[in-house]
Amino acid sequence: METLYSVTVGILTACSVFLILRGRSFPVVVGITMLSYAVNLFLFSTGRLTIDGAPIYGTQETYADPLPQALVLTAIVIGFAMTAYSIILAVRARGEIGTDEVNQQDNSTEGNR
Amino acid sequence: MNLLFIIFAPFFGALLPLLFKQASRPIKTGITLLVPLFCLVVLFQYVPATLAGEVPKQMVEWLPGVGLDFAVRLDGLSLLFVGLILGIGVLIIGYAHYYLSSNDDESRFYSCLLLFMSSMLGIVMADNILLMWVFWELTSISSFLLIGYWFHSSDARRGARMALATTGAGGLALLAGLLIIGHIAGGYQLDTVFAAAEQIKAHAYYVPALILVLLGAFTKSAQFPFQFWLPHAMAAPTPVSAYLHSATMVKAGIFLLARFHPVLAETELWFTLVTLTGLITMLVGAYFALLKHDLKGLLAFSTVSHLGLICMLLGIGTQAAVIAALFHIINHALFKAALFMTAGIIDHESGTRDMRKLQGLMSLMPITATLAMIVAASMAGIPPFNGFMSKELFLDQALQQHLFGGLSWFIPILATVGAMLSVAYSIRFIHDVFFNGDYKETPKKPHDPPRMMSAPVALLGFLCIAIGIAPMTMVSGLLDQAAAAVTGSPVEVKLSLWHGFNMPLLMSVVAVIGGILIYLARDQLFTFNRQFDGQDAKHNFERIVQKTSDAAANFYERLDTGSLQRYIAFVLISVIVVLLPSLSDLSVVTGGKPQLPVDMVSMVGAIILISAAFATATLHRNRFVMLMMLSVVGLVVSLAFAHFSAPDLAMTQLVVEVVSIILMILALFFMPQKTSRASSGHRVFRDIIIASFIGGIVATLNFAILTSPFESISDFFLANAKSGGGGTNVVNVILVDFRGFDTLGEITVLAIAAAGIHKLLNKLKPFMPSSDIDGRPWHRIRHPLMLTTVANILLPMAMVVAAYIFLRGHNLPGGGFIAGLIVASAMILQYIANGVDWMKERFSVNYQSLMSFGVLIAALTGLGSWLFGKPFLTSWFTYLDWPVVGKFEFATALLFDLGVFLTVVGATMMILSNFGKMTTRHRPTHEGH
Repeated sequence: METLYSVTVGILTACSVFLILRGRSFPVVVGITMLSYAVNLFLFSTGRLTIDGAPIYGTQETYADPLPQALVLTAIVIGFAMTAYSIILAVRARGEIGTDEVNQQDNSTEGNR
Repeated sequence: MNLLFIIFAPFFGALLPLLFKQASRPIKTGITLLVPLFCLVVLFQYVPATLAGEVPKQMVEWLPGVGLDFAVRLDGLSLLFVGLILGIGVLIIGYAHYYLSSNDDESRFYSCLLLFMSSMLGIVMADNILLMWVFWELTSISSFLLIGYWFHSSDARRGARMALATTGAGGLALLAGLLIIGHIAGGYQLDTVFAAAEQIKAHAYYVPALILVLLGAFTKSAQFPFQFWLPHAMAAPTPVSAYLHSATMVKAGIFLLARFHPVLAETELWFTLVTLTGLITMLVGAYFALLKHDLKGLLAFSTVSHLGLICMLLGIGTQAAVIAALFHIINHALFKAALFMTAGIIDHESGTRDMRKLQGLMSLMPITATLAMIVAASMAGIPPFNGFMSKELFLDQALQQHLFGGLSWFIPILATVGAMLSVAYSIRFIHDVFFNGDYKETPKKPHDPPRMMSAPVALLGFLCIAIGIAPMTMVSGLLDQAAAAVTGSPVEVKLSLWHGFNMPLLMSVVAVIGGILIYLARDQLFTFNRQFDGQDAKHNFERIVQKTSDAAANFYERLDTGSLQRYIAFVLISVIVVLLPSLSDLSVVTGGKPQLPVDMVSMVGAIILISAAFATATLHRNRFVMLMMLSVVGLVVSLAFAHFSAPDLAMTQLVVEVVSIILMILALFFMPQKTSRASSGHRVFRDIIIASFIGGIVATLNFAILTSPFESISDFFLANAKSGGGGTNVVNVILVDFRGFDTLGEITVLAIAAAGIHKLLNKLKPFMPSSDIDGRPWHRIRHPLMLTTVANILLPMAMVVAAYIFLRGHNLPGGGFIAGLIVASAMILQYIANGVDWMKERFSVNYQSLMSFGVLIAALTGLGSWLFGKPFLTSWFTYLDWPVVGKFEFATALLFDLGVFLTVVGATMMILSNFGKMTTRHRPTHEGH
C-alpha cells in the first residue's frame, strides 16, 4: 500500500511540475493547484497510513495521527487562497499586458528596465 | 551625567539645525555649537578619572544575543580622540559659519557634520568591537553626505562615491576580521578581546583576521595602495576637508591600529605589513604633495604622507614609537586643520586655489600669511613648533629599529627623504602663495578675512607653539594614559624640545636643507612628472567601477532573462542535483515498518488518480478538459483522505474542490480557451525529464517516510482532547484549541489573500470574449429555470447542513472550515443560477465586513482568556442543561470556530462574487434575440 501511495504522489507531482513548466499562465495555475494536492497528500502521509482509524476519541483502540490532519486541513484552505490569488493575478496580467505568456516579452522589456 | 550623552547628543542634535531651518544663520550656528560644547562639559567630568588611570565605562544592552551591547569606555586613547573630535569640531563649525556662501544650505551642513561627529565619537568610545563597527560604517555614510555636500557638482558626487565605495568595502573586510577576533576571544567586549590577545596571536586564523582588519584601517586612512580616494574627497567644502582629513575620518584607521595594538601587534607579520605600508605611503604621499598645484590637493597628499608616518610608527610598535605616533596624531590634527582652514580662506578671498595663479599675497593678507607660516613650519618640522618634536621622535625611532636585520639602515634614510619632501611642500605652500614676486590678478581682490574666520586658525597656531614650548604641561598627562591604553602597560612620557646634538637633529638639519634644495629644483620635478600625466586615479577608479558594473549587468542579462519557465527549471534542476545523490540508494531509504496490504478500493482509486493526473498534464491545451480532469484528481484526493481515516480532510477537500473549479471556470471566461502549441519538442522533452526526476524524488521521499517507524507527539493530543479541550474530534480540537494560534494565522492569511484579490480586481479591464471557443454566441437564457429552482431549494438545506456540521465539529467530523465552505458553495450556486443583481436585491451583506468580523471574533476569543488571567487563546468549556434538548457542551472554542466560519464564508464569497460580478457586467447582452 505504501509503495502504491508514494508512487501515486510522485506521479501527481511529476504531472504538476510539467504543467508548471508550461509557457502560459493558465496551465501554470492548474499545475500549482495540482501540486498543492500532491503536497497535501505528502504531508498527510507523514502521520503514516491508517485505515478505519478516524481520530474521534472513544471510538476505537488505535487512531490515525491527528496532527498532520489538522495541519493539512488548514493547508487545503490556504491552498485555495493561493490558487484563487494566482488565477486572478493571471487574469489581471492578461487584462494589463494582453497576453497570457509567463515569459517577459521583448516589447515590454524596455519599459520595465 | 552619562558617558553615553557624548555620543547621543550630536546624534540627536543633528536634528536641531533642521528643526530651526527658518532661523538665521547665526542662530543656527549658535545652536549647533551648543551640541559639542555640551559634550565637552560632559567630557570634563570624566577627564580627571581617565587621567588618573581609571577607565570610566557605561553599558546599555542592545542585542545581547549576538554579543552587541551599547558599551562605551573612556580610556586614554579614547580621551585623546574625543578631545580632538570635539575641540576641532567646535572650531570647524565656527569657521563654516563664515565659509559657506549664502546659497549653501547651512542646516543640512551642520546636521551632517553633527551626525558625522557622533559616528566618530562612537568609534573611539566603543567598548564593544561590533558597536565600533556600526559607528565605523556610519562614518562612511555620513562622510559620503559631507563630501557630496555640493551635490550639483559632478566632482563632488564622484569623490563622495569613491570615498564611500573604498571605505565601505574596507568596512566589510573589517567586519569579517572583527567577527573572527570575537569568535576566537569568545566575546566582543574590548576587555574580553584584550584578555585573549595571546590566544588570538597563536590562532590559525590570526593571519586572515589581521589582514582583514588592516584592510579596514588602510582603506579608511588612505594608506597605499588605497590612497587614491582621499585627494578626490577634496571636492568637499573646505570645512569638511579640514575636519575629515585632520582630526577625524582618516584618523579612524589609525585609531583602529592603535586600538588593536595590544591584540594584533608585535608579530613579524604586523611589523612587516604596517611598517612598510606606512613607509611607502609616506613617500608616495609626500612626492605627490609636492607636485600638486591645487592648495587642497597639496594638503590632501601631505595628509596621506603624515598618516603613513603615524602608521609606520605604530608598525614599529615599541613604547617610544607608540608615544611618538600618538603625539604626532595630536600635532598633525592641529596643524593640518589650521592649514586646510587657511587654504579655505585663501580660496574664499581670492577665488582660486591654484598655486600657479597665486603669488605675493603677503602684502594683502598679512595676518593670514603669518598664521599660515606658523602652522606650515609645524608641518615641516621646524623648531620650536610641536611638529618638530614628533618628527624628531619619529626619526629617532627610525634609527633605533633593527627589525629588518642587516637591511635596517634603509629605513632612517627613507625617513629622512620623507622629511625632506615634507619641508619642500611646506615651503611651497608658503612661498608660492604669499611670496614669489608681486601680487598677480586673481578672480577676486583678496584681503584678510573677518577676524572670527581666522580666529580658529589663530587658536590652532597658538596651540602649535604652546605644545612646542611646553610639551610636558600641555600633553604629557594625556599621552601617558593614551600610550598606556595602546601598549597595555603603564607609561611615563618625557618630552622636550631640545635633545642635544644627536643623530635625529642631524637628520632634521639634512631634511631642512634638502627640502629647500628640492623646492628650488621643483621645475625640473614638474617637467619630469609631466610624462606620467593622464594617470588619474579617478579615471582608473571609474573605469574599474564601469567594468565591474558592466560585467554584473552582463551576468544579470544572462541570468535574468525574464523567463519564468527558465527560473523554475533552474530551481528544480538545483533541487535534483542536491537531492538525487543521497536518495539514489533505495535500500537506504526503505524503513523497517511493515507495509499494509493493497486493497481493491485503493488500487482503483490510484489508477483513476494517475490517469486523471496524466490527462490533466497531456490535455492541457484544451483548457476546459484540463479543468475537468483536475476536478477528478481533486475528488479522488478527497476520497483518499476518507479512505485513510481523515474524514475532516475529505470533507474540506471536497468543498474546496468545488469552489476552486468554479473559480477557475470563471477565470477561463477571460482567458484563451486553448493554448496554442508554444513549446518546442526539445523543451517538452526537457520538461518531461525534469518532471520525472522531481516526481521520482518526491515518491522516494514519501516512501522513505511511510516505511520508517515513528514516535509521534500526537498521543498527547489524543489523550487530552476530551479531558482538556472538551471535544472528541481530535483534529478539530487541535485546530481550535491546542494549535488555535496557528489557525488564527491561517484565517488571517485567507483574509489577506481575499483582500489582495479585491485590489487586483479593482479597475481591471479584462479581456472579454464575445462568444465561446467555436464562435457560438452566449446562450440567450441566462438563468436556466431548472437550475434556479434546484438552487433555491438547495440553499436552506445547505444552511441546515452547515449549521449541523458546524455544531458537531468539536465531537464529530466537521467544524468551522467545512461549514463555512458549504455555505459559501451553496451561495455561489445562487449566484450562478440567479445572477449577481438578483442576489444583491435579496442579500446585501458586505463580505469584507463579514470576513473582518470573523478574524475579529477569533482574535477576541483569544484575548478573552486574558480577562481570566490565562494565556492567549486558553479555552474553557462546560456542560449546560437545556430543557427539552438536554445536556450539551459549550466551549469557548466554539466561538473561535465561529470566527473561522465567518472568515471562510466572507473570504470565499468576496473572491468569487467580486470576480463573478465582472463576468456579468461585461457580458454581451443577447436578450431579445
